[in-house]
Amino acid sequence: MSYHLIGISVLWLFLYGYLIIASIDFGAGFFAFYARLTKQDPLINRLISRYLSPVWEITNVFFVFFYIGMIGFFPDTAYYYGSALLVPGSVAIVLLAIRGSFYAFENYGSKNNIVYLFLYGASGLLIPASLSVTLALSEGGFILKQDQTVSLDYWALFTNPLSWSIVGLAIVSVLFISACFLAFYATRAEDHAALKLMRTYALFWSTPTIIIALTAFIYLGQHNERHYQNMMDLWWLLALSIAFFMIAMWLLYRGRRYGLAFVCIMLQFFCAFFAYGIGQYPYILDPYITIQSSVTSSSMGFALVVVFIGGMCLLIPSLILVFKLFLFDADYVKGKK
Amino acid sequence: MSALDWSRGLTEMTLAFHILFATVGVGIPLFISIAEWIGIRKKDPHYTLMARRWTRGFVITVAVGVVTGTCIGLQLSLLWPEFMRFAGNVVSLPLFLETFAFFFEAIFLGIYLYTWNRFSNPYVHWLLTLPIIIGSSASALFITMVNAFMNTPQGFTLENGKLTNLDPLAAMFNPATPSKVAHVLSSAYLTSAFLLSMIASFSMLRGRNHEYYKKSIRLNMLIGLILAVATIWIGDVSAQFLVEKQPEKLAAAEWHFETGNRASLIVGGRLDPVTKEITGAIKIPWALSLLATRDPNGTVIGLNEFPKDEWPPLYVHYLFDAMVGIGFYLLAIPVLFLIMTRMKRWNAFNRWMLGAILAGGPFSLLAIELGWFYAEVGRQPWILRGYMRVSDAATTNPNVGVTFWLFAALYLLLGIVCLLVLSRLFRNKSAELELEERRIIL
Repeated sequence: MSYHLIGISVLWLFLYGYLIIASIDFGAGFFAFYARLTKQDPLINRLISRYLSPVWEITNVFFVFFYIGMIGFFPDTAYYYGSALLVPGSVAIVLLAIRGSFYAFENYGSKNNIVYLFLYGASGLLIPASLSVTLALSEGGFILKQDQTVSLDYWALFTNPLSWSIVGLAIVSVLFISACFLAFYATRAEDHAALKLMRTYALFWSTPTIIIALTAFIYLGQHNERHYQNMMDLWWLLALSIAFFMIAMWLLYRGRRYGLAFVCIMLQFFCAFFAYGIGQYPYILDPYITIQSSVTSSSMGFALVVVFIGGMCLLIPSLILVFKLFLFDADYVKGKK
Repeated sequence: MSALDWSRGLTEMTLAFHILFATVGVGIPLFISIAEWIGIRKKDPHYTLMARRWTRGFVITVAVGVVTGTCIGLQLSLLWPEFMRFAGNVVSLPLFLETFAFFFEAIFLGIYLYTWNRFSNPYVHWLLTLPIIIGSSASALFITMVNAFMNTPQGFTLENGKLTNLDPLAAMFNPATPSKVAHVLSSAYLTSAFLLSMIASFSMLRGRNHEYYKKSIRLNMLIGLILAVATIWIGDVSAQFLVEKQPEKLAAAEWHFETGNRASLIVGGRLDPVTKEITGAIKIPWALSLLATRDPNGTVIGLNEFPKDEWPPLYVHYLFDAMVGIGFYLLAIPVLFLIMTRMKRWNAFNRWMLGAILAGGPFSLLAIELGWFYAEVGRQPWILRGYMRVSDAATTNPNVGVTFWLFAALYLLLGIVCLLVLSRLFRNKSAELELEERRIIL
């Protein structure tokens, strides 16, 4: 397999990892704030902080990892996206910075400050929205190149239904994934009240998720015929995605096997996300960057792959340790440790 | 101001803010580890409490370090897209390695924080500090490699304005790497020693006299002494490196214009921008030659050997002098302190000594800033020395000014809230109170 294929697969896998782990985090922030407003906070805050506190920094790493890897394997992306995304990119970083630090301030410093909680909750919805815009940009038509100047066509971006549907999809799927995970975590903690609440949230957010996903898909067809056709050729992946969704919904509705339900939702997003990614092949930024044209030199590609494998040998056992200590240790989850 | 000026300003501001937290993030884990280890070894709960309290403050600074680090990582592409297109191929490997180190640290820091009292053998928990130290120091190592590469680029050939024939390892292990990495690490540890003893001496100056604070100061001053010696020695090695590979940087720092032997070292003073006359400086004859070449007669290359448009700004002299001055201050304080503890007649914890130790905290952070400004401004006008000028690397986006103010507001907010949270964290729970709560009575 060539370096560009390895590179893009690895990066896509990491982006998927970020999607899941960050969704849990971002959604949790919103639920924590919403629960405070509706005076249900003692129910779920305990749950959230117990899971999130040990892993908040790891979430951040997934993101850093993705974009450093992107620059490494495909240095041209730094030029195009870097030039065009100065303002929206900066806004996203500022939001991420506020969120990360205020989470730590709240959790390790002064507890229960409503301002911190608001910043934490609000940024939880704004960040996925601002980050997902990049996906719309990659479809082409929004980033313009004249001579040597690369710029972003804000008007086209803000008037396009595709970009809004992608933003909408990002927000609702964050809430859906997060609610489902927290419902699972609540069963581990045997916290029935929290479970009831999170199950309601998960069921509630499932409908908009599937509706907006279909809407976005239709708008994609209008915006980028090639991408749409490629995804139609991968119809079986999309069908699998919907099948996993149905299984998850059924399990949630019956109110059992929450772990399996969450796994199904992970698989649902995995199938859809990879169908989307494979369909975009060979472009990273339509029509300027393809993965073949922008791939780094073979010596660097080799070095990156070696480092990646070495790093994974270190990280996977460590991550398993984290899961064992904080996710599958029943006593810890219940708050006894 | 042009997009270039704004880009430089924003990068300077981000790095200057980040480096404070990054230094703390690299240095403190070592001290947490040492304190916890002594605590277990000597069965002295004071040290264990020290590790706990340091960790609590450390997490807050790590959070700010992480998010500002994310800022600078993304800003590399947002503000310097031309540079990333040009050199991204080469710098991506150390950057990639750095994220792994960061990952490693993040995982184990999370585990460390939430597993106090979870293992029956206390050494198991202590062992978790090792990956944190390795992770944080390794990220400093890799990111400094990137910076070293920008100072002494190698490991590629230039063809039609593109870097080809990449040799990633040669690029990482460039001539600037060893001295730079060593200086960064030792100064980060040294700064942490002073920051931690600053906190203890602050408490003592406010009238608290518990043995806990004395132990903290003694421990940090002892380690601080070793680190100060190491830092000054490595600083000297770095100067030797400059003589050989970046003579214009050293010449600018020393206002050394004419190449010649028996060059004198210039301390302080003022420079006439036109005539290049130096007034009011202390000139130590032969000292520069001696320092640079280990021979008082040695020849040191002067700035006039370089075209004027490749000169670094000459104000770097002040940065350099101030940094070196603080370096010797940080050596003198532990020496003095340790002499006084040996002398039975003197009280090593008198107000003056405590004040001097207290001042060491902000001074050491200042020295970090000065040193980095010297290193970075000293390689102007290059972003990739000898290959690409800063002016060719910046973004052409007209909106950099807006983002500058956006980030300025962010750093102001983070700085203030961080200080508030830190002070509240420790004001509400003094060490004495916590000792009592944990039933540690001596």
